[in-house]
Amino acid sequence: MTTATLERPETVSHGGEVYVTLSVAGQLCGVPVLGVRDILAEQPITRIPLSPPDIAGSLNLRGRIVTAIDLRTRLTLPPCEDGSKRMSVVVEQSGELYALLVDQVAEIMSLDGDLFERNPPTLEQHWARFSSGIYRLDGRLLVILDIARLLDFSNAN
Amino acid sequence: MTLVSELVLTRNQLLQLARSQENSDFTAPLQRLSHITSDLQEGVMKTRMQPIGNAWNKLPRLVRDLARDLNKKIELTMLGADTELDRQILELIKDPLTHMVRNSGDHGLEMPAERRAAGKSETGRIVLNAFHEGGHIIIEISDDGKGLAADRIRAKAIANGLATEAELAAMPEAQIQRFIFRAGFSTAAQVTAVSGRGVGMDVVKTNIEKIGGTIDLKSTAGQGTTFTIKIPLTLAIVSALIVESAKERFAIPQISVVELVRARRAGTNARGDGEENTIELINDTPVLRLRDRLLPLVSLSELLGLEPADTSDGGAHIVVTQVGSSLLGIIVDRVFDTEEIVVKPVAPILRHITMFSGNTILGDGSVIMILDPAGIARATGVGAGADNKLMKPETVDETGSTDSLALLLFRANDTERMAVPLNLVARLENIPRDKIEYSSGAYVTQYRGKLMPLLSISANPDVSAPMQSLLVFADGEHSMGLMVDEIIDVVEDRLEIELASAREGSLGTAIIGGQATDVLDTGYWLARASRDWFDGGAADSGARKKRVLIVEDSAFFRNLLMPSLTAAGFKVTAAPGAAAALRLRDAGQMFDAVVSDIEMPDMDGLDFARALRASGPWRDLPLIALSSHADAGDVEAGRDAGFTDYVTKSQREHLIGSLRQCLANMAAL
Repeated sequence: MTTATLERPETVSHGGEVYVTLSVAGQLCGVPVLGVRDILAEQPITRIPLSPPDIAGSLNLRGRIVTAIDLRTRLTLPPCEDGSKRMSVVVEQSGELYALLVDQVAEIMSLDGDLFERNPPTLEQHWARFSSGIYRLDGRLLVILDIARLLDFSNAN
Repeated sequence: MTLVSELVLTRNQLLQLARSQENSDFTAPLQRLSHITSDLQEGVMKTRMQPIGNAWNKLPRLVRDLARDLNKKIELTMLGADTELDRQILELIKDPLTHMVRNSGDHGLEMPAERRAAGKSETGRIVLNAFHEGGHIIIEISDDGKGLAADRIRAKAIANGLATEAELAAMPEAQIQRFIFRAGFSTAAQVTAVSGRGVGMDVVKTNIEKIGGTIDLKSTAGQGTTFTIKIPLTLAIVSALIVESAKERFAIPQISVVELVRARRAGTNARGDGEENTIELINDTPVLRLRDRLLPLVSLSELLGLEPADTSDGGAHIVVTQVGSSLLGIIVDRVFDTEEIVVKPVAPILRHITMFSGNTILGDGSVIMILDPAGIARATGVGAGADNKLMKPETVDETGSTDSLALLLFRANDTERMAVPLNLVARLENIPRDKIEYSSGAYVTQYRGKLMPLLSISANPDVSAPMQSLLVFADGEHSMGLMVDEIIDVVEDRLEIELASAREGSLGTAIIGGQATDVLDTGYWLARASRDWFDGGAADSGARKKRVLIVEDSAFFRNLLMPSLTAAGFKVTAAPGAAAALRLRDAGQMFDAVVSDIEMPDMDGLDFARALRASGPWRDLPLIALSSHADAGDVEAGRDAGFTDYVTKSQREHLIGSLRQCLANMAAL
């Protein structure tokens, strides 16, 4: 099991936040670093029959069973090509661990609050539902994912 | 405890690794580590064990308070208080136990005056008994009170729409009593401060099932009720069988596995070793003949919606599991070994999948889902009601003829499975196709020197097959043949019609042999045949049809009797009870004969007969008793009450004969 240990950046700019950035189907996304418990390379995942399609299965994280959620399916993006390696970002939600399957985990970024903007009203419904806002980076946009809403399956339908 | 569980898991993982590498230097120390871990596990388990008396210590006071509040005299006896079980389980069963003791005191035991009148001692007894039995703890809670009121449960079940009258009529007492475990089911006539608030046994049952336990009850009217709770010793570590289906592995708790059977899939060739079993298909439903019984099977890959694996070799393994008192075979592709697993709850977002009771990590580090046989059984409809005869062959004898009857299964309309009670069928015939003739718009055949009308259930009977299967029904002088596609089998099962049918010719759908089956409405087909018969030529004798009144509380039997009597040429009126029948009499209605059930609520058949014989225009009518019991004593009692004849419910032919006989006697007078 290869687990990248996260080193917290020493300088945290005032008013801003630190994010783990990741890419899903070419889109750069970010999750608050404090909510992230682990970053995993590709893991063997056990499929769970009869589960909602968003749930990729469960995996073993040092003896804990973690439910893996396919971020592409969750964001209603096309499934990734077979065989490509996928990384996971492990987050915790009310005592349970969940692994978000992503295409690639990029870097840790400390971002200035000035660059933050709310969701544009024209943002597609399924993105707006899980996004808490957008950062304007150099040449790219970073969509901040709302973990709590991503993991809320109570009204999945 | 979690730490020890983790330790056991890690040990398993290491052992698995060591097994794959022979002669490793690690083998010896690993063995030691394994032993120490086992000892540690045992030690920790022991420290967690607590006597069940700890959960009971508040009960004496509760019972004392209860006795004072209700003005009853209650004596609580606790046996086996030093029986030990896991602390965690102890906590979980504390509340259900308290609730049940309270129930026994409130509903179960009668007031001192009632007890005296019933010839019991004024002081009611509640007995708690706990003991070990084969890896389980059994807790019995019994009282010597009045027992469960089956009538009230029946009424409530109908009121709540849980079952129809017909279903209840066919149910054994024990099954009716189990309704109290349904949600919102309180039979307490009035709500007291203590109980009867509608939150009751269903919550108790859910709580007990949550910890992998089961609950059952036995109740005898006037003698009391006994609840039996069976719970596992510990929750944390269980032994499980690892199986594979569609390339996915699953764990099945060893405790619910009865046996493993190797079988061949249907349609594949035997490999010649002779003793292999074959999975047979009844309309795509797999079953297995296991020691002369039919075992319902369910394919795990189909159940879980998995792609079935390549099964070209035809081999399959069947894990026979026991859920309550029913057996169910689960078809899997492969069976691995058993492993000690630590049950971990599934993530909250997956809790709604009832097929799994948890998940765990295996020795090789992979995550595996633990199947819940109870959930599977519920999903497939097994164990919901009828006990499986495989387990308890003697129940057939216990329950008697009204509960279980021989049913003929056949196929019609290409694939539809249909059933008809075997005693309604006169003969089964297989006639060559060229013997079937077409005459004046209907199929007929020459049968025993007479023309017999043939009817087909399917709108477009298949006329290509060289032979035609017939069910021959004979009713009085008329006989008719029903053309069916195929006769499947004769099974013993309860006839409980679950869904009423809108279609003519079918009474409804029942679960027979674990499969939805249409129940043939014999009366409809007989009526159709005889009408066709009359239309065909022979005129009715012209005599006035004899009028018969049927007094029967069960709608099911009314529906069964009316068509056959009508078909036999009687004009039939039905009354749902003695009171309704007497109202008909007082309204000036006249009949030629009365057929009455004996067991009826309010006024039973004997009282009804006495009432008729006492006075009124019906006092000289032939009166035929219809009952499920007909031993010499019953017949005697019937004759004394004024019945002309006594017929059992199952002997329909006999009833018609008896009616004709009585009417002939009347005419002769």
